Amino acid sequence: MSAFPLTRALDRATVIVVSLLAAFAILVPLLNLAVPASSPFHVSSYFVALFGKYICYAILALSIDLIWGYCGILSLGHGAFFALGGYAMGMYLMRQIGTRGVYANPILPDFMVFLNWPELPVYWYGFQHFPYALLMIVLVPGLLALVFGWFAFRSRVTGVYLSIITQALTFALMLGFFRNNFGFGGNNGLTDFKDILGFNVQAPGTRATLFAISTLALMIGFLICRSIVASKFGKVLIAIRDAESRTRFLGYRVESYKLFVFTLSACMAGIAGALYVPQVGIINPSEFSPGNSIEAVIWVAVGGRGTLTGAILGAVVVNYAKTFFTSGPLAPYWLFMLGGLFIAVTLLLPRGIVGTVEHWLKRKPQSDAQAATANDVAGSPSGEPAPRPAE
Amino acid sequence: MRSFCERLLALVFALSVVCVAANAARADAYEDALANFLADSFDDTIEGINAVAASGHPLAEKVIVALQDGRLLFSAEEKRVFFKDEADRLFDAASGSPATGSPPADLSPVRLNNRLRRIIEATLGSLTLMAPDPVKRFEAAQAVFKSKDANALPALDQAIAKETVARVKRALTEARAAVILYLDSAAETDKIDAVGIMRERGDQEALAVLRGLPDSNPPAVRQLAADAIASIERTLAAWETVQNAWYGISLGSVLLLAAIGLAITFGVMGVINMAHGEMVMLGAYTTFVVQEVIRTRYPGLFDYSLFIAIPLAFLIAGFVGVLIERGIIQFLYGRPLETLLATWGLSLILQQAVRTAFGPTNKDVGNPSWMSGSFDLGHITITYNRLWIVVFTLLVFVLLLALLRYTRLGLEMRAVTQNRSMAASMGIRTGWIDAMTFGLGSGIAGIAGVALSQIDNVSPNLGQGYIIDSFMVVVFGGVGNLWGTLVGALTLGIANKFLEPFAGAVLGKIAILVLIILFIQKRPRGLFALKGRAVEA
Repeated sequence: MSAFPLTRALDRATVIVVSLLAAFAILVPLLNLAVPASSPFHVSSYFVALFGKYICYAILALSIDLIWGYCGILSLGHGAFFALGGYAMGMYLMRQIGTRGVYANPILPDFMVFLNWPELPVYWYGFQHFPYALLMIVLVPGLLALVFGWFAFRSRVTGVYLSIITQALTFALMLGFFRNNFGFGGNNGLTDFKDILGFNVQAPGTRATLFAISTLALMIGFLICRSIVASKFGKVLIAIRDAESRTRFLGYRVESYKLFVFTLSACMAGIAGALYVPQVGIINPSEFSPGNSIEAVIWVAVGGRGTLTGAILGAVVVNYAKTFFTSGPLAPYWLFMLGGLFIAVTLLLPRGIVGTVEHWLKRKPQSDAQAATANDVAGSPSGEPAPRPAE
Repeated sequence: MRSFCERLLALVFALSVVCVAANAARADAYEDALANFLADSFDDTIEGINAVAASGHPLAEKVIVALQDGRLLFSAEEKRVFFKDEADRLFDAASGSPATGSPPADLSPVRLNNRLRRIIEATLGSLTLMAPDPVKRFEAAQAVFKSKDANALPALDQAIAKETVARVKRALTEARAAVILYLDSAAETDKIDAVGIMRERGDQEALAVLRGLPDSNPPAVRQLAADAIASIERTLAAWETVQNAWYGISLGSVLLLAAIGLAITFGVMGVINMAHGEMVMLGAYTTFVVQEVIRTRYPGLFDYSLFIAIPLAFLIAGFVGVLIERGIIQFLYGRPLETLLATWGLSLILQQAVRTAFGPTNKDVGNPSWMSGSFDLGHITITYNRLWIVVFTLLVFVLLLALLRYTRLGLEMRAVTQNRSMAASMGIRTGWIDAMTFGLGSGIAGIAGVALSQIDNVSPNLGQGYIIDSFMVVVFGGVGNLWGTLVGALTLGIANKFLEPFAGAVLGKIAILVLIILFIQKRPRGLFALKGRAVEA
């Protein structure tokens, strides 16, 4: 992506979102650390921890929106890439514990000592170096997506078939990571982290910095996605979403486009997971559970598919609602609400919050004919011009 | 005061001793034998054991078992023998009736050493070898087979000569063969015969006996034994294949039952119902409720509970299915991915609703008597519930096939599957067909739930465990026709069970997933894909 699509991508809304995120990244840590707790402008550490988590979810949502909203690929297994990135970061953090573990083994993490493993498995080598871990955070999810996508897109697995296969992928990974002999801590996962790059993970300063880095990562991710969808490449993606066969007949290598954007999206999800793990202090196989991945999809649907800002908004709103309801007396009803949200959004609000607002804003100054075209583009993003039932 | 009490006690004892003496007038061999236990010397105890066993008294076994467990007590002062049962109640060994009055002060257990324990085991073995109950005799033979105790040999010979039940007789003969193979003094010809008997038995235990053969055996016997081991291993390997195949078929039929409804709805409507697993769960909970009602109101009907539950589960799940179709899915046509999300939301709601109504714990669903138990076929054990589920699945499959083939609804469903707009042009009410299809698919899922309640835990998460496997079946088998689902389910089931011994359950699953991903490279629409232009979306 050269500078040219970036300038084209910088429309007014994008500039607003980017500056908001930048302000958030600077102000929140500042207000948390520099302002005394008595001041009304103080931002609590609870808020920083909570929103740090949401920001990571927002990056994941962004990565899903890129492939689902713009390319019609509904991945129900994006949580797998998120978790893989998280595990890569977790492995680095585990190696940093060193002799401070319960068994004080300088090389082996506690769970390996506990399981009587004589030496470090080969795939754990190198994770004591931060740059190597960073590389793996991007490389592992990216490679998996590349291989998986190459197989899937080449044989033109699309629509619900693809969704189901991705779900099976994350399910299989979950089963694998639950096993002790897989070498990733079994069902306890990786936890009890001490420090990252020499800074204590629990310290308020580290947490605030992680928050700032996450928000900046979200900002950069948003800019990358924005420049992709605003470029010619992005137009082809939208064409694939709306009429895959037609795009192929026009001479575009549909599978290459899909593969690129799918792999990129997986890398983003991996980064989101890597930022998530030091902030919550644990990564375990339940992150792979298919339910998590589908929940991430609903964030995008709530915020508005095919509107990158919507993905960010949806992730924050839904997760805030989750935190709010599951911690109160309404906790037993949260699953009802979440389930209802899935149904209500798909039935009543197919454009999501941002999409609907955009739709209304556009409709006011424009004529009805133009509104109808906009309606067509947003109406059938699943890419299948399926016959309507005769009713 | 205290000494007075003791004296009173002594008087009571003295009186009871007089009573025993009176009884002793009519003492038979059994009571004489009991007297051997009073001396507290090992040799006398042995004599006692043999004498008690030889007496043939009905209490003999009880006494020796008590002796083995250290529950046989004696009072040297009173010259009486007692035994305690498992509940620690004291009985008089001579009469077998509960001991009255306070127990003697010097009551102490008859002591044992290892030599005695071996003798007791052998005696017990041979005692029960003659038991009137054939099941007991069979068990005794098995015990001797395991202990290979040479002391049991005479009793075995005696028992074999008397035995009339063929099964028990075979067990006795095998036990004798095992004893002889481990007995150095046995004749070579006997040993050769014994190897033959072991070879005939041909199971893991026979293999263990032959493998552990003492080196003192003559070379000819050892050679024969080696041959027998090889032959048994071959047969066992073959049986293991059969066993895996059976497990595979069993798993495959469960998958088929769970997936077949999904395949129909996916075939006709092109949408995947993520709440399909919850329909299965509803069926299982229907079974639970039916059984609860039967338990409290009409306990006699318990064996028929499944026959009541099957139609009920079909109706309930089918009704919920029609509701889902009319309420949600019909508004989402042409948007299959959103259908996926909406039905997922629905599955969350249904799960939570069941969790709220019935609690999150596993519910206990019983097997009717005709579904519990098992039988042996060759060297494999087949449980009745698995067998019936396979039969039931095939029945459902054939019925569904007939429905699709011979009824008007089936014809219209097939038409919509092949070309929706053409079918609509021909006057088929596709909306109605969709609702019926969805109801039918969900109803079958409900029936699957009844079957699964017999082999799996009934919990709100029941459906989730099967949903991904069912999808794999549909993806693998294709949606062209039901045979694809049958072949897909059985293939996956069998492949799973054959991979498990090599790779373990989890890696087996992962391997299957990888194989499916590779498979759809070749056939993206599954094994039995619909041909023609209509398929290309």
